[in-house]
Amino acid sequence: MTQNPKSKTISMFITSGFTTASFEIYHIFGFCCLHISNLFAYYKHIAGNLFPYTDIHKWLSYGHDGKHPGCDEYYFGRREFSFTLENDVYLRYKSFKNASVMEDAIKSNFPYKIDIGAVYSVDPDKRHAYAHSGTNLFTPVERELVFDIDITDYDDVRYCCSGADVCSKCWPLMTVAIKVIDTSLREDFGFKHILWVFSGRRGVHCWVCDAKARRLTNEQRSAVAEYFRVYKGNENNAKKVDLMGHSLHPFLARSYVDFLKNFFEGELQATQSIFSSKEKYEKILGMITDEDIQSDLRGKWENSARSSLSEEATSRLRWEQLKKTLQSKKNKALSLRTCVEEIVFTFTYPRIDLEVSKQMNHLLKAPFCVHPKTGRVCVPIDPNNCDEFDPLAVPTLSQLIEEINSGGLRMDVDDDDSDRSLLGKSIKFFRSSFLEPLLKSCKEEIESSYKTKIAKTKDSFSW
Amino acid sequence: MEVIRSQKRTVSNDVVSTPTLPLYLTAPPMEVRLEEFELFAIDRLRVLKGVSDGLARGRNPNEMDDLVETLWKEHMRLSDVSEMINKDIISHFVLRLVYCRSDELKKWFLSMETALFRHRFRLKKIEEQRAIVGEFGLPYKAVIGAELESLKERLGLVARSLGQISSDVENIYYKVPFEEVPDLVAGRRVLLQKGYAFVAGSQLVSLVVTQFRSHLSKALILTNRKWTTTIREREKDRLTPIVEALSTSYLGPDYSQSSEYADISLKDIDQVSKSSFPLCMRHLFEKLREDHHLKHGGRMQLGLFLKGVGLKLDDALAFWREEFTKKVGSERFDKEYAYAIRHNYGKEGKRTDYTPYACSKIITSAPGAGDHHGCPYRHFSEDNLKAALGRMGLSSRGMEDVMDKVRNKHYQLACTLTFEAVYGTSCDTGINHPNQYFEESQKILKSKTPTAPV
Repeated sequence: MTQNPKSKTISMFITSGFTTASFEIYHIFGFCCLHISNLFAYYKHIAGNLFPYTDIHKWLSYGHDGKHPGCDEYYFGRREFSFTLENDVYLRYKSFKNASVMEDAIKSNFPYKIDIGAVYSVDPDKRHAYAHSGTNLFTPVERELVFDIDITDYDDVRYCCSGADVCSKCWPLMTVAIKVIDTSLREDFGFKHILWVFSGRRGVHCWVCDAKARRLTNEQRSAVAEYFRVYKGNENNAKKVDLMGHSLHPFLARSYVDFLKNFFEGELQATQSIFSSKEKYEKILGMITDEDIQSDLRGKWENSARSSLSEEATSRLRWEQLKKTLQSKKNKALSLRTCVEEIVFTFTYPRIDLEVSKQMNHLLKAPFCVHPKTGRVCVPIDPNNCDEFDPLAVPTLSQLIEEINSGGLRMDVDDDDSDRSLLGKSIKFFRSSFLEPLLKSCKEEIESSYKTKIAKTKDSFSW
Repeated sequence: MEVIRSQKRTVSNDVVSTPTLPLYLTAPPMEVRLEEFELFAIDRLRVLKGVSDGLARGRNPNEMDDLVETLWKEHMRLSDVSEMINKDIISHFVLRLVYCRSDELKKWFLSMETALFRHRFRLKKIEEQRAIVGEFGLPYKAVIGAELESLKERLGLVARSLGQISSDVENIYYKVPFEEVPDLVAGRRVLLQKGYAFVAGSQLVSLVVTQFRSHLSKALILTNRKWTTTIREREKDRLTPIVEALSTSYLGPDYSQSSEYADISLKDIDQVSKSSFPLCMRHLFEKLREDHHLKHGGRMQLGLFLKGVGLKLDDALAFWREEFTKKVGSERFDKEYAYAIRHNYGKEGKRTDYTPYACSKIITSAPGAGDHHGCPYRHFSEDNLKAALGRMGLSSRGMEDVMDKVRNKHYQLACTLTFEAVYGTSCDTGINHPNQYFEESQKILKSKTPTAPV
């Protein structure tokens, strides 16, 4: 027990059965009313301090901290945020002049979800003043290029879970998705400042923050999203990936060779056994456009239905048979030539939510929020180490509160990026891998565009 | 440009230097007769309308090239080449005035002029195309030497992935920032490396069209400003009436107001869905009844269609509620879905009364996992489509005709043929809007049995 009398009370409170269950309902920023007003005030105090205001403000200011004459001091204030409060009240077009105004607003409203929107041409909360003229003067001006990958979009190819569940067998689909998209964003598109974040339950978000990315138009964002799009399916067509039999575009070829093929033949086969039952393998047979080959394989597999091999071994064997058959028959039709790749892509290639990426005004949940249903914090994921990431080991709100109660640590997360605390490691990663390089590059840009501006005005002063 | 009443036109020196495909970058200093002002614009409008029609019917790019060539010859040709170029330029600038005046008009004009430009460009020879690229002053460099060598293999892969038989890499590639060729990026038709796209000479059209579109878009905003601040008032006795008259006739009916043929109530809806809905909406309707749910794309497509068909907001809320509450419960319906329905009817948010989707929009949508919207003629597999057509009552012969159109990617013609087979009548105008299908169908059914409900 610590010396702090308040925390004594909390520990006792926790151990009485009443609160342990209720903790899961308490969202980090919104609390159901507690009868004990002291404790209520105390929880508010904790909650408010678990969100890294300074870091988020630094990030979204992109170097416009007022220290350089080229800074735009109003830049942060033109960013839209939205709050989702208890009883599902939804407040859009919130904007804040600086970090402390943002902190006050969050600590007084207790949103249980905070979304980040675009930077607009004028302060979002002053938009009505500009609404009268014919042309729309309230428009988005900058917005990160964002991606949202949700594991429920893979329900037709994962057999361990469905819907909101996720486990160690299917989470690797997200890992592979991160690797494919991250590599492409850097190698193909030349982006550098990329933040991957756990969505709190069953997916990942990606924030591309380079200046070029923030200034992309809706049409350009749509183009990037379509470049990444391979899966075109719904229940009305059996074959959802069609590579047309031609050789693969270098991006797809690289993704296949570097990530997808090995994942499919290794981990996926081990965890999902995608050929082991008739229902499962019929789905794959439906992707082969040749009826004869389908019947040939079907015949083989029906006959071996009662073999003594394990599910996994059966599955692997059938995959080898399928590959061999397709290889020998590949000259029969053009479409058969990429059939093997199509199957691999169907099961492993990233499925992004196109609508999220296409529009500048789309709002996306802020990093470091707490997911209301799981209590887990939306922590960053290191794309270079994403194999190590375990969604079921992410700190939850109750764990964080208990950590604070056990008294060993300071409560204000702004100051704490030590390796010893649950969140400290994530904050440290956020700062060193993402925020610092980003801010350095932003400063350079502000300085250089300022210099250019000055040089231009000097020229115009010619006598 | 100066508009005058004199008989003769002063010959402009610009004619000699202007290429045969003007870029309309600036209004040249010409004088235009008042009669020409209107007539030239009308002729160009006929061309644009033809382009719009062609796109709505799902014509492929080669067909569009031919269509544009025909339309241009028919409406814009004059015996004297320099006169023809003048007409081209004058008519474009006049239509800018006409179509800058609202967002909807701007969007239509921008799309059609860009499509027109694209296909006229495609019809030009490669040397002329390169000259036009130069005209735009685009700063792109050709890739040469060591850089080209290092990319050759992958450039070959890209070409092969597009089904280009010869894997000989073309002679010239341009290194262009990827954001300048969004359609090539979207289709994975170019190699990307560190933010640059390597555009083949044969893909120049994409580059130029993006520039054209972006320039025209900005120009329209400026034109609108000039129009509202000075021109409209100054010209109120001369040009303004002409300009205002020119725009009204050219957008097809948008079905946002229900007509006498479109006024259904909840109790009729199941019957009417079987008798008069086009396949896309019938499918959505059936899936809704079956699953008691539709994802967002389906809700939008079906919801707006029903609005166009005459379903009032209260009935719509009752209809969706009846289905959704079977799956998600009444509270969740109110919380998550009712708002969106009211939004579609213009009762929430920025209060736009959204118009039902036309075929062109539905065909280009992209249904994903769990979706049922889109155009069945495009998005269904052959087997599923045949089964669906069978349920609509088509004979196997009728189905073959329809499938033939589908294989050639003429989705709207396929739907038209379906219509003709179901109702035993011909539809000359062709189907280009689901609500049009509905109204035509109701017209036919009501004329057959004037008193019985259909």
